[in-house]
Amino acid sequence: MKNLLVLGATSGIARAYLDLVASDCGSITLVARDAEKLKQLESHVATISDATVHVVFSDLASVNGHRELIENLAGKAGKIDCALIAYGVLPDQSQCLDDPDYAMNQFNLNGSSTISLSLHLAKVMKRQGSGTLAVIGSVAGDRGRRSNYLYGSAKSAVESFLAGLRSDMAQHNVHVLTIKPGFVDTPMTSDIKKGALWASADKVARDIDLAITKKKNILYTPWFWRYIMLVIKSIPEFIFKKLPL
Amino acid sequence: MGDSWGNLHRANQSRTDICWRDTALPANDKLLTVGNRRSYGDVCINDGGVIVNATGLNKFIQFDAQNGILRCESGVTLWQVLKLVVPMGWFLPVTPGTGFVTLGGAVANDVHGKNHHAVGSFGCFVRSFGLRRSVEGDMTCSQVENQQMFAATIGGLGLTGTITWVELSLKKISHSSMAVESIAYENYAEFLALSEDSEKSHEYCVSWIDCLNTSGRGVFFRATHGQQGSLDDPVGTGARSVPAIVGTGFPLVNQLSLRLFNYFYIRSHEGTRDYSETIAKFFYPLDSLLNWNRIYGRKGFYQFQCVVPFDNADVLKKVLKKISNEKQGSFLSVLKTMGDITSPAMLSFCRPGVTLALDFPNRGARTTKLLSALETMAVEAGGAIYPAKDATMTGETFEKSFPRVSEFTDYIDPSYTSSFWQRVKSA
Repeated sequence: MKNLLVLGATSGIARAYLDLVASDCGSITLVARDAEKLKQLESHVATISDATVHVVFSDLASVNGHRELIENLAGKAGKIDCALIAYGVLPDQSQCLDDPDYAMNQFNLNGSSTISLSLHLAKVMKRQGSGTLAVIGSVAGDRGRRSNYLYGSAKSAVESFLAGLRSDMAQHNVHVLTIKPGFVDTPMTSDIKKGALWASADKVARDIDLAITKKKNILYTPWFWRYIMLVIKSIPEFIFKKLPL
Repeated sequence: MGDSWGNLHRANQSRTDICWRDTALPANDKLLTVGNRRSYGDVCINDGGVIVNATGLNKFIQFDAQNGILRCESGVTLWQVLKLVVPMGWFLPVTPGTGFVTLGGAVANDVHGKNHHAVGSFGCFVRSFGLRRSVEGDMTCSQVENQQMFAATIGGLGLTGTITWVELSLKKISHSSMAVESIAYENYAEFLALSEDSEKSHEYCVSWIDCLNTSGRGVFFRATHGQQGSLDDPVGTGARSVPAIVGTGFPLVNQLSLRLFNYFYIRSHEGTRDYSETIAKFFYPLDSLLNWNRIYGRKGFYQFQCVVPFDNADVLKKVLKKISNEKQGSFLSVLKTMGDITSPAMLSFCRPGVTLALDFPNRGARTTKLLSALETMAVEAGGAIYPAKDATMTGETFEKSFPRVSEFTDYIDPSYTSSFWQRVKSA
């Protein structure tokens, strides 16, 4: 029975993943900022699974606390078999240009803090000589687009970092998975009108589970986003800059 | 597509989602909290107001596997419950014909199932629930705490506030299979005799009747929980979906397809048969075809469900005759008897008698005229129409067949309303 750690456990994708795998886990540690939500999630996970459930309240945006947090978690769980980093915020792109401080806060949350956590987790897993680090990026990380480039660039930073980390960790039997969801119907996107390209969090969770089992490197979910992004990446810049994407 | 299962309405309503029990509800004086919107008509529609979608409020809170007491959020679906509890030897005490309804919706419509004659409706098994009111805030309602609000909210069509969680007592089972017997019958009288006879021996009884055929032939099903096999996961093979494109075009349902379907269905159930079936197949035959409502095309469909008291049960013979004469009926209709066990609900549809339910493809005025005639027949016989299925009953019918309406009105949250309520109360 594996020990699972979920950072940003109250996110929609994390919830769907927990519903899917909780009954196969020996211990589950849930980390999130909102104590009340985390309590509600804890009782849910404890009901659907026989695993020992731990909760830790932590504002993951603040990188200063990461060292202590991860060392404590590693000590408590004994071993971290799988860690899923699943938090993120969709910034209001139009506000970013007016308010660069806001923009950098968002970048730190979606980018720097995820990289920092990944470093601390990789250190623990390297020491263990095993483990899976699964990090939720985004298809938005593939190319900066007018409508969403602050979020996209933070995810892009995370994904470049993970590509290097994956190669580094390969020598230490640590699996690094980059998850790139497209549009997912979760609370983070509840204000956006949904169309045919939208996927449910359950579908994304099933893809994540399979990718972890099969030790995939980069997961586009649903699969067709790989090809949509291939097209988007291949548009020449002089045309792309005129597109309202 | 429309905003409820019948696809009849396209409402002008805004939507907000809640996923956590402590999330504040929008400040608005025209709210309606809804679940999976499996009601056919307009009880889950709020034209001109705000829909609070509680399907994300779907976490378990506690399960006492010793005593079969489950507490969970109101957006948890019956399928979610079954997946958790069946392998542990528990089952829903009452379940309607789809597992996609939420617990909140099951409470608000005081739903019933194939075992109504034996155990009563869903509301009989609700131990307590959380209710959020616009002024009073969060309150717990049960048989001992806020009893009146408890009785008003069960069957209260979502008008008393937002149900945030529900505590339910479950039923013990030792096997997850169903032992089913199917018996063909030739007419309505035979159905009544079979019902009377089977209710003593079988917890679950239901029948399908061919409403296109004037003779009243049908198939009676009676079942008990199996005495062999294991406690498997109730979920069978993966469900298939009717593509969205089907729902935007002409209906696939027409006189020819219906006659063929009904003919072959009845033919395949000739005589008497004993067999074992999964929970999914016995209770939720249509759940394996997601979005089956799309087969009625973009105009949608009505469902008519009435109950008439046993003393006047023969009126359903006339109702069935009228339906077959008009040639508007659809697939096999459901015919079943209801018993005399009542839930605490002030507005429960369930009452002793015989209930008939069937679909009508929406053919405009022709269909609503027929529905109105059927409504009159049922109400004159002392019966009632089921709000969860209804899109057309008059305010007069509603008041007449739900005698505690005026008492109920006192418990409505002033910030809540629905298209159904506007319809039946403005008359």
